[in-house]
Amino acid sequence: MKNVFIKQTNCITPLGFDVASNWNAIQNLQTGISLHEQFGAFSNIYASCIPNSKIKENFQQIEKSVDDFSRIEQLLISVMKPIIDSNGIQPKTALILSTTKGNISALENNDLQSAFLSQLAKKIANYFQFQTEPIIVSNACVSGVMALSVAKRMLQMQVFENAYVVAVDEVTEFVVSGFNSFQAMSDEPCKPYDASRKGVNLGEAAAVVFVDTKPENALVEIIGDANINDANHISGPSRTGEGLFLSIQSALKEANITTDKIDAISLHGTATLYNDEMEAIALNRLQMQQIPAQSMKGYFGHTLGTSGLLETVLLIESMQKNTLIVSKGFVNLGVSQPIQITTEIAKKDIKYALKTASGFGGCNSAIVLKK
Amino acid sequence: MKESYYISNSCVIKNQKVFKNETLVFESNEADFNAFAKATYKNLQLEYPKFFKMDGLSKLAFLASEFLLSDKNEADNIALLFANKSASLDTDLKHQESIQDKDNFFPSPAIFVYTLANICIGEVSIRHQLKSESAFFCSENYQTEFMLNYTNYLLQNQKADKVLCGWAEFLNDDYQAVFYLIEKQGTKEHTINEIENLFK
Repeated sequence: MKNVFIKQTNCITPLGFDVASNWNAIQNLQTGISLHEQFGAFSNIYASCIPNSKIKENFQQIEKSVDDFSRIEQLLISVMKPIIDSNGIQPKTALILSTTKGNISALENNDLQSAFLSQLAKKIANYFQFQTEPIIVSNACVSGVMALSVAKRMLQMQVFENAYVVAVDEVTEFVVSGFNSFQAMSDEPCKPYDASRKGVNLGEAAAVVFVDTKPENALVEIIGDANINDANHISGPSRTGEGLFLSIQSALKEANITTDKIDAISLHGTATLYNDEMEAIALNRLQMQQIPAQSMKGYFGHTLGTSGLLETVLLIESMQKNTLIVSKGFVNLGVSQPIQITTEIAKKDIKYALKTASGFGGCNSAIVLKK
Repeated sequence: MKESYYISNSCVIKNQKVFKNETLVFESNEADFNAFAKATYKNLQLEYPKFFKMDGLSKLAFLASEFLLSDKNEADNIALLFANKSASLDTDLKHQESIQDKDNFFPSPAIFVYTLANICIGEVSIRHQLKSESAFFCSENYQTEFMLNYTNYLLQNQKADKVLCGWAEFLNDDYQAVFYLIEKQGTKEHTINEIENLFK
């Protein structure tokens, strides 16, 4: 089996249009989450949104005909352009798109055609002249981590030589109204794992990683991964954390390392009561409760299909800089079992790191990275 | 030497008909999908009330899986790889309808949860207690070669004992399910040709 490496990354969030600006912002505990007095039919919503003017301004530097591209297409092209420019596209380069809802706001205008995920992927593939048919992963909130896992597996099978894994999701009235109907939204900035957490803030972002089988100039290697279902409930996680437990166990087995080798964990941490509790239980069952762990939802909100990939991009940065990421919004432990949530910036040699995600439909994903 | 894999069983649902291993096993006159799905459910003599809460996509994937998996909890580690063109757009349109008019605004969690294509994987996982690898993909047409390679990866690397692959397309009452189970025993080899034959 071939080894698979992550060579380059990029991301766009309200905190910045590249990895460096996002890293610096989270070092200063800045957040993209802010109060939106009016959002469609809703008032006083906390969400992490990228201003339209910034997206347009950035896109104009790449493409003159701005009006030919939807907002979500502008985000995708803007995030991908710099790393495609430096790594190129070969005949066996894959495009793997992760998204939960894609261009869903097209439905507001009765434009069903533009809401197909394959339409969005095709437009991006044609724009950059990919020679392979895009692969689209749409698997709720684990999509971003799962897309990376799919890339690794297809490179190992030698179906592709390398791949761009790209993720995007927007804050739309479609998702805001849905999460609101679930009463899952927090009426203040979210506080993952905190005793007074009240739920999710939604967010939007785009992220991309370039994955390759050649080790030169690699940032990290992907050494294990798994995507295992709870088989328990469609809209709530397993009380025992079974799917997450099995996913981490399977990823570590493939990586051929023991749990104590993991130096840092980037969790899903949506700040809902059930998700955070489930993760604490799964980590304790694996005896990983002493390993420094965090959620980045306090910086970016829950960016749905982008979250797993965006958080992986910043986890890689944390490994490069040997610096633990602070879990913004956390003060007092609010889950029933002990976990080690990072509250202060600290230096630590991070050789191995774990990224996890969990989502509706009972899905869970885990990926192990080695520097 | 590489292990060989086989298509052990298949199920195709289209035009009010269900085919198992290319033989017609059920047919109904019901033109409406929900009525057809209910008739198929009754024909299978199922007692699973959750079925009636599902959206069209989940009902379709559930029924196709039901013809291929045992009625008890599955002992084997069976991965689920589902795909379609329209993701959850059929239910997305229903949710959009509930929020389109500000004066008649009624979003419902029971509908919203089905605005994720992978919920149908969750439904099949729960039904057969499959705590296993799964993934949902979208594409214009079934990506035969990709699905074959992904399936082989899971089997070669002990991530699964068997893999249930399925195309489950559902939009505005137009539906097509093509499901097949891949195992280490059988007679029909797991090849691009054999998979494409199931779609003919």
